[in-house]
Amino acid sequence: MNILVLLKQTFDTEENIVIENGQISEENVEFIMNPYDEYAVEEAVKIKEEIGAEITAITLGPSRTASALRTALAMGADQAVLIEWDEQEADEWTASNLIAAVVKNRDFDLILGGNMAIDSGSGQVAIRVAEKLGIPHVSTITKLTLNDGTATVERDVEGDVEIVEIQLPFLATTQQGLNEPRYPSLPGIMKAKKKPLKTFSVEELSLENEDVTTATVIIDQYLPAKKQAGQILEGELQDQVSELVQILQNAAKVV
Amino acid sequence: MGKRVFVLAETKDGKLRHVSYEALTVARQVAQGGEVNCVLFGPSSVDFTDEISKYGANKLYIVNDNRVDIYTTDAYVQTVSQLVNEIEPDVILMGHTAIGKDLAPRLAARLKFGLISDCTEVVPDGDNIVFSRPIYAGKAFQKRRFRKGLVFATLRPNNFEALEKPTKTEVVLFEPTIKDLRTIVKEIVKKTAGGGDLSEAKIIVSGGRGVKSTEGFKPLQELADVLGGAVAASRGACDAEFCDYSLQIGQTGKVVTPDLYIACGISGAIQHLAGMSNSKVIVAINKDPEAPIFEIADYGIVGDLFEVVPLLTKDFKKTLTVNA
Repeated sequence: MNILVLLKQTFDTEENIVIENGQISEENVEFIMNPYDEYAVEEAVKIKEEIGAEITAITLGPSRTASALRTALAMGADQAVLIEWDEQEADEWTASNLIAAVVKNRDFDLILGGNMAIDSGSGQVAIRVAEKLGIPHVSTITKLTLNDGTATVERDVEGDVEIVEIQLPFLATTQQGLNEPRYPSLPGIMKAKKKPLKTFSVEELSLENEDVTTATVIIDQYLPAKKQAGQILEGELQDQVSELVQILQNAAKVV
Repeated sequence: MGKRVFVLAETKDGKLRHVSYEALTVARQVAQGGEVNCVLFGPSSVDFTDEISKYGANKLYIVNDNRVDIYTTDAYVQTVSQLVNEIEPDVILMGHTAIGKDLAPRLAARLKFGLISDCTEVVPDGDNIVFSRPIYAGKAFQKRRFRKGLVFATLRPNNFEALEKPTKTEVVLFEPTIKDLRTIVKEIVKKTAGGGDLSEAKIIVSGGRGVKSTEGFKPLQELADVLGGAVAASRGACDAEFCDYSLQIGQTGKVVTPDLYIACGISGAIQHLAGMSNSKVIVAINKDPEAPIFEIADYGIVGDLFEVVPLLTKDFKKTLTVNA
């Protein structure tokens, strides 16, 4: 079985965002694999351990992105592909065209990817790739059971669970609750260094100019207005509670 | 120049979703005198005609086909693609809901459109439209626009005004051609107790590690019930298995913007703050006066949540009944 995992490198969730000249500063930033993509890698590795699989991790980005691929290899992926993209973040149109161009020449039975990335947060790319490949998708899965040529998945739908049947090949986007991603082991990290990591330049993918030109343009990036310091209530607990109820109902009018 | 706008409206639990009212209001603003079209799925759609009229849609397409009674990607993408071909809109809007998140990227790829997801502000700018959206779960924002052609966006619930502007609505029954459905929904297990989606909740009572146990969420649920709100949690509470991950607020969970967010026993890690700091009013209840949550709270009570929360419930019960 061939499994492809689409992943993205993102800022560590601990990072604060600094904006310089309308650009998000990467100075001193720690990068990690997008946490939702960890569920995708983990699920692929679990399948490999259970029934055997060849796992290819694929991403798009500048050269630093290779470290996210190495993490996937250390977790148990077999090979990795990096599409070199050094410009400002590709929009979802461009990113999905680039990834689909790499994927369409490969054999696959299953494609997994996080349901969104914690940086751009749009949750489009994986689903767009499925459409471009002409395969069905299921989004935000919390359980995956492979049967013979079909799969039963559980999806998180706004807190409810939807149980869906689907035929392979398909793409699934992974949601928290699917599994517990493993930490790469030391031997895993050592082995990962020797696993194949292939890079493609955008030119090598021979795409039309319109496929690579973003459909949307970022005009500005900014930080939200700082919240004013709040009010810590004082006095007897019952008085604080009464005051709060009064404020919320009559001053803030949110109740 | 007036634009032709197409809104995908949604019903849930027998009601039109609030985000659909928001989307219709935004649609009128960006139409700038143009035409607002709207689609609704399912047999009860016709019951919402008056509501749709109230919010200014000029035309309501109703899709009454048993293959769209339950959402599946294939049936919806096929139907909505056909509607787009029929309506030829300049702008497509839908809610950033479970359906919007699943459908919009697929539809955009099929029709070769760009798509700006999860917008919190939409501002017409001459002939163009500028969309603002959170990035890094709200730690920052970006403004985006389309280079050319059709404009397609999903709107984050609870971020736009829903304003009435009654008009006469033409109702059209639309019969889609649906074939080759590749997924079958076997079962839907309801886990949300009628509280609905957290992203649309006006009031959220949220618990962290300080809640200590599954049992500990009971007083929070009681407060939420009195306020007509929903219960949520921090990652700490989910990791400790006090509650389900579907309730998690934060950078790796849901991002919410309710009118009122009451954080109980939540210290306020940066990842949690990213998921809720854009709420209109934030109340923090925590034993630790140094907890970072107090830095972004509008009102804080330093105290034991197990004392404070039941007192709040009692007081609200009193005042809300008096006012009712």
